[in-house]
Amino acid sequence: MAPILEIRNVTKNFGTTEILKGINVAIEPGEFLVLVGPSGCGKSTLLNCIAGLEETSGGEILIGGRDMTHVSPKDRNIAMVFQSYALYPTMSVAKNITFGMKVRGVDPATQERKLKEVAAQLQIEHLLNRRPAQLSGGQRQRVAMGRALVRDPALFLFDEPLSNLDAKLRVEMRSEIKKLHARLGTSMVYVTHDQIEAMTLASKIVVMKGGVIQQIGTPSEIYNRPANVFVADFMGSPAMNLIPAKARANGGETRLEIARAGEPPLVLDHAAPAGLPEDVILGLRPEDIAEAGFRSGQQVQTVDCRIDMVEPAGADTFVVSEMGGKQVTARLHAETRARAGEHLPLSFDLGKASFFDPASGDRLN
Amino acid sequence: MTDQAFSDTLPRAGAGQSRALRIGLRWTLYAVLILFALFYLMPLFVMVTTSLKSLEEIRTGSLVALPRAVTFDAWAKAWSGACTGIQCEGVRPYFWNSVVLAVPAVAISTFIGAVNGYIIAHWQFRGANLFFALLLFGCFIPFQVVLLPMARLLGILGLAGTIQGLIMVHVIYGLGFTTLFFRNYYVTIPQELVRAAKIDGAGFFRIFWSIFLPLSLPIIVVTVIWQFTQIWNDFLFGVSFSQAGSQPITVALNNIVNSTTGVKEYNVDMAAAIIAALPTLLVYIIAGKYFIRGLTAGSVKG
Ligand SMILES: Nc1ncnc2c1ncn2[C@@H]1O[C@H](COP(=O)(O)OP(=O)(O)O)[C@@H](O)[C@H]1O
Ligand SMILES: [Mg+2]
Repeated sequence: MAPILEIRNVTKNFGTTEILKGINVAIEPGEFLVLVGPSGCGKSTLLNCIAGLEETSGGEILIGGRDMTHVSPKDRNIAMVFQSYALYPTMSVAKNITFGMKVRGVDPATQERKLKEVAAQLQIEHLLNRRPAQLSGGQRQRVAMGRALVRDPALFLFDEPLSNLDAKLRVEMRSEIKKLHARLGTSMVYVTHDQIEAMTLASKIVVMKGGVIQQIGTPSEIYNRPANVFVADFMGSPAMNLIPAKARANGGETRLEIARAGEPPLVLDHAAPAGLPEDVILGLRPEDIAEAGFRSGQQVQTVDCRIDMVEPAGADTFVVSEMGGKQVTARLHAETRARAGEHLPLSFDLGKASFFDPASGDRLN
Repeated sequence: MTDQAFSDTLPRAGAGQSRALRIGLRWTLYAVLILFALFYLMPLFVMVTTSLKSLEEIRTGSLVALPRAVTFDAWAKAWSGACTGIQCEGVRPYFWNSVVLAVPAVAISTFIGAVNGYIIAHWQFRGANLFFALLLFGCFIPFQVVLLPMARLLGILGLAGTIQGLIMVHVIYGLGFTTLFFRNYYVTIPQELVRAAKIDGAGFFRIFWSIFLPLSLPIIVVTVIWQFTQIWNDFLFGVSFSQAGSQPITVALNNIVNSTTGVKEYNVDMAAAIIAALPTLLVYIIAGKYFIRGLTAGSVKG
């Protein structure tokens, strides 16, 4: 099937500042695309370009196979939910939801029917006569969704729709959005700076930084095989450990040496093709460093490490050990015997290791 | 509320002493405020009492004394009999001139100011900031500077000496302020609201009409009060750009007070002055509550 949205080489400048520097993304019908990146990286700008709220400075935007680059927002067959919800303050909830249909001249009977449908779907029937100011944050959020839903668009656009909610409600609404997507099957583009939201919602993630796409992939690709140190560091909490190491060919294997202050260097043998440069950055997720005996596999190597800090976090306990000048975090089970200041054998699962070039930051394996 | 805030800021000494101190300070405050109020009300008091006295009583009595016998003769004369130069029709025809002048001038300048403010705040065009700066500059041009060019322009347009011409002048010189008021109010309305409406398919006027205007009551009240006061009380434009049939009440008042024929009728002068001031007073009494609110209000929460 043709992609529902295709962004070709889109650039955007505000004055002389380049905000988007050649964006290329395509999404298939039914996909849930999440644009994620730190604040100010151009996510909203890209979303506004897709919506037609900002003119692009270059490139093309195709929606449903049609070139929409210069088409006005109302004719793009999209609906959008904003971070501030942007409900019309003087209109009742019902009027907020039907305003778009009224503007487009949909007949009143259809308006009424669709309003009923959507209100039932979002469980806001009892709120229809209220003003936005009389609603809680979560209720406003639902009304904003309702306004988008009645549109029946080819594409939904969300700009950080959950960032104004408190943590608990955010998790609730997150799973509702996911269910909604499963039920409707409509394509969605969702902007967030929260990597957990990205991981839980997306069928495809686009990681952006400074107006440049860093990586496009499924959540598991992004998580397990980050394309560079930025993605490795941004996605996942706690972040991936990025440990400077020396790589040396050792027979058919690679021997990694990691300097430690006041300790002999940490030596790990990696049964992987040689061909790494001498200086590398070893990327290992905290969960890929376990207490000895709790992780098995071909590539698991166990070494004694001095534990500098122990942080119980309920389900897990995080321990920190200094390696290669970095605070390296390992995720251990809650009943670990780790004590700060003592030594503990830790198992490193090199089967999950990522290697990055220290100069460019790009992935090497 | 204000009492509360006031007493909260007072120094806290020992319990009993502080209570006495607080009451003392409270009464001092009231006394000072009452004194000020009396001071401000004095001229009005003199005007009202004088307008209710007969000329005879004014000549013989004291300025601040209450009238011995209340009479409305002066009011009747001021309204329909006082002489402005050679005519002796009172202020009535001029009062209606002012109404016919002020109502459309206020309405038009307020409406255009609203549209201007909406455009400057939410439809940034190239040069919008310069445009706004020039408009602001227009607020502070002394009116004397523009008298001659404006007279010339009115002549060219064939509007010299007409009420329509005066309306035009007041609309033009009101626009700086009305635009400023609305612009400052509308910039507090979030951009996302406009964006949502655009996605909903609403255009320029639809967004203005359905979303901005319904939010605008406080600032409309502020603007209307401001403009009405300015235009109703204007003397300079009125005296410069009107002729016999089109003069506003301020000009008529001046003519009555300055007419040199016969004895000086202070009671008639006072009554005419009060009549001239009454409409602005009424506007404040009716809408003043909104005026204060509108000046301080942000527009939208969520
Ligand atoms: N209208 C604008 N004029 C100038 N700069 C802008 C404008 N809108 C956004 N920017 C700039 O573009 C950059 C990206 O903004 P945005 O897309 O909102 O980031 P994000 O949504 O990823 O946090 C920011 O540095 C911001 O300051
Ligand atoms: Mg944003």
